[in-house]
Amino acid sequence: MYSVRLSSIRHARALEMFYNAFEPAMVLLAPLLRRVGYGRLERPVAAVERSVKGFLFDCQMCGQCALSSTGMTCPMNCPKNLRNGPCGGVRENGHCEVKPEMKCVWVQAWEGSQRMRTGARILDVQKPVDNRLKGRSSWLKVVRDKTEPAETPAKAGGKPAPAAVKTGAKAPT
Amino acid sequence: MTPQSFVDPASPLPPIPGHSSRGRLERVLREGKFAVTAELNPPDSADPQEVYDRALVLSEVCDAINATDASGANVHMSSVGICSLLTRAGYAVVMQISCRDRNRIAIQGDVLGAAAMGVANILCLTGDGVQAGDQPAAKPVFDLDSTSLLETIRGMRDSRVFLSGRKITVPPQVFLGAAANPFSPPYDYRPLHLAKKVAAGAQFIQTQYCYDMPLLERFMAKVREQGLHEKCFILVGVGPLASARGARWMRANVPGIHVPDPVIARLEGAKDQKLEGKKICIELIQQVREIPGVHGVHVMAYRQEDLVSEIITASGIMQNRTPRRSAKERTSLT
Amino acid sequence: MTQRTTGRLEALLLRRAFVMTAETSPPDAASADSVLDRAACMKGLADAVNVTDGAGARAHMSAIACAAILAQHGIEPVLQFTVRDRNRLALQGDLIGAAALGIPNILCLHGDDPKNGDQPETKPVYDIDSRTLMTTARRLRDEGLLPSGRPVAPAPRLLIGAADAPQDPKPEWKPDGLRAKIEAGADFVQTQYCFDLAMLRRYLTRLRDHGILERLRVIVGIGPIASAKSARWMNEHLFGVTIPDAIVARLDAASDQRAEGRKICVELLQELSEIDGVAGAHLMAPRQEQAIAEAIAESGLLKKREAA
Repeated sequence: MYSVRLSSIRHARALEMFYNAFEPAMVLLAPLLRRVGYGRLERPVAAVERSVKGFLFDCQMCGQCALSSTGMTCPMNCPKNLRNGPCGGVRENGHCEVKPEMKCVWVQAWEGSQRMRTGARILDVQKPVDNRLKGRSSWLKVVRDKTEPAETPAKAGGKPAPAAVKTGAKAPT
Repeated sequence: MTPQSFVDPASPLPPIPGHSSRGRLERVLREGKFAVTAELNPPDSADPQEVYDRALVLSEVCDAINATDASGANVHMSSVGICSLLTRAGYAVVMQISCRDRNRIAIQGDVLGAAAMGVANILCLTGDGVQAGDQPAAKPVFDLDSTSLLETIRGMRDSRVFLSGRKITVPPQVFLGAAANPFSPPYDYRPLHLAKKVAAGAQFIQTQYCYDMPLLERFMAKVREQGLHEKCFILVGVGPLASARGARWMRANVPGIHVPDPVIARLEGAKDQKLEGKKICIELIQQVREIPGVHGVHVMAYRQEDLVSEIITASGIMQNRTPRRSAKERTSLT
Repeated sequence: MTQRTTGRLEALLLRRAFVMTAETSPPDAASADSVLDRAACMKGLADAVNVTDGAGARAHMSAIACAAILAQHGIEPVLQFTVRDRNRLALQGDLIGAAALGIPNILCLHGDDPKNGDQPETKPVYDIDSRTLMTTARRLRDEGLLPSGRPVAPAPRLLIGAADAPQDPKPEWKPDGLRAKIEAGADFVQTQYCFDLAMLRRYLTRLRDHGILERLRVIVGIGPIASAKSARWMNEHLFGVTIPDAIVARLDAASDQRAEGRKICVELLQELSEIDGVAGAHLMAPRQEQAIAEAIAESGLLKKREAA
């Protein structure tokens, strides 16, 4: 909700403190979560995440949450989904180029980050979004990223692409 | 239909160690000269000759020409297309890539294609929203943003890999640029955002139109504080305002362009507003020249391209440097 | 019918001469030489060479740059456009750019899902479908207008192609899909692999019955099969492709399967040129441009065409 979203930015410090306790607690639960099965947990956890973060931040469930690095402002509310900083079109009143009724997400991100202790994370370069993760739980992802060994990166060359003809289109090239 | 002097883009300038590209713009900047770039407004045409006609006017007075990428979300000949035509004729180009219309697969492809056609400079932009153009139903892509776009191309150039990790056999040797807008909120974050872009690979910067010197100076002070002026070359955007009415319209309708009241008042008070606008532009260029950390200007003269040459010549910033070279003369830059 | 583009492919198709097109993929390199290293062997042999667009949902040099390089070196391209990676603004910009760079032919395709490629995290665009792209190209060519109504002058002149997959027509089957493509603007189609010429004849008869062949040129896809194993794999994995048992058996029996595959390809080419309704052949074989060039040369069809 928009008004709640604005309030969350004002309370960025408090939310930061809460999350700083929440994340390690989730990580501690990792063995239990693994036993229950991440596959099984995905839907219920994502549902909770969506309602809580949706209410507080207008979370768009991109699956790779960057709130701690954006002053508790969800960058996916930016019509251009900018993950690293504002575009050059911010209006003089601080409102969005594309949605003039909305305050620029990054103007707010900057404000929020200044209230946080680790607000400097707004300077971290964020990687491009993995579009496959849309709708998935970031909480579970964070736990897994922190407790499971890193996946081996794709071999150079990648796996061969299966035939394109399944779509009824041209034969493979 | 043949351009003035055909130069095979396969024979670019000889490589210099420490340079990312084999292009003229990087050389001029690294030699410590005050560079000038200008923007080419692409025609609504499929005729190469129109592109050449517009470029010719600009080429005599600038070190590189920007080919825009559906700027304002309006369709024209694609940036790759324009650049291919221009490089064939020996022009130095800056290819603009916007994140709005293409996903990462298409963008990486365009980078390789552009480099194969002789493009030596790429400007990484976010892109105006689709609502600004005449096809507002178009789907905005924004698969990458300008920062991740910089990182992507740097990876292609220096690590010789695509984002997927797959190898590139001949890497694109391009000089990487980004945009900055010191005149738009959040003002205090802008120099820090610039630092991010430089960390991601930006080597030169072109800013949005500057009509407000104090704001620019405030920005540049923070830039110098961070030592960024030694890590990237900053070219300040300038352009002539045709009239007070035009300036007001631009201020009200193009988000991100800031024209302070004194400038509008000055135009309004003038007998010949167009001439006054040109004068203001020349003065701004001369003032900008004096700011430490500024390495050049980027001239954008929408619908007034004929003035670009006069303005630059009158401002004296090219210091008798004539960038346009025919095929035979392409041995040195001075 | 008068020619609408400056391309040789259109001229040949209008004359109803048997055309032979080929295919190349852009390289993973920022170099014009890399393009020519692969495709130069087809100069003077293939009437036009398709340039694939992000095939297999993987990044390569952009198709438009690759096609521009071919055009510059006297090889007429067919520029493939998938609608997967670019929205309508980018696609329209590239249509205009293609025409200005001397590319006279395009082929409009859907494009493989990014999940099948090596960058599955990519955002698929699909802003417009391939049919809308064809309509857009036709409007640009015939009316000189962008979808927004803004004029582009001179108008980009492009011959418009689509893809097709021949099938054994069931009694009630009608070529509605092809009709829709014609309505959208398709001037020609290139089909996927079709090695079963008996089935092809039945398919074309049905098309002719429905008046399709008067309005659309059908260029049939074939290629040099590398081995019997390869043929079996294609039968199993490529939807809609059938390699007749007779051909597989021939490959099995051959001492040099690759050479036999080439021989079969040449024979098919010659047979295709005799089938009424076939406008030409489209030769495809990943990374085997040389083999394709040789097949075209060995078929003797170019000489035959010149004599006619």
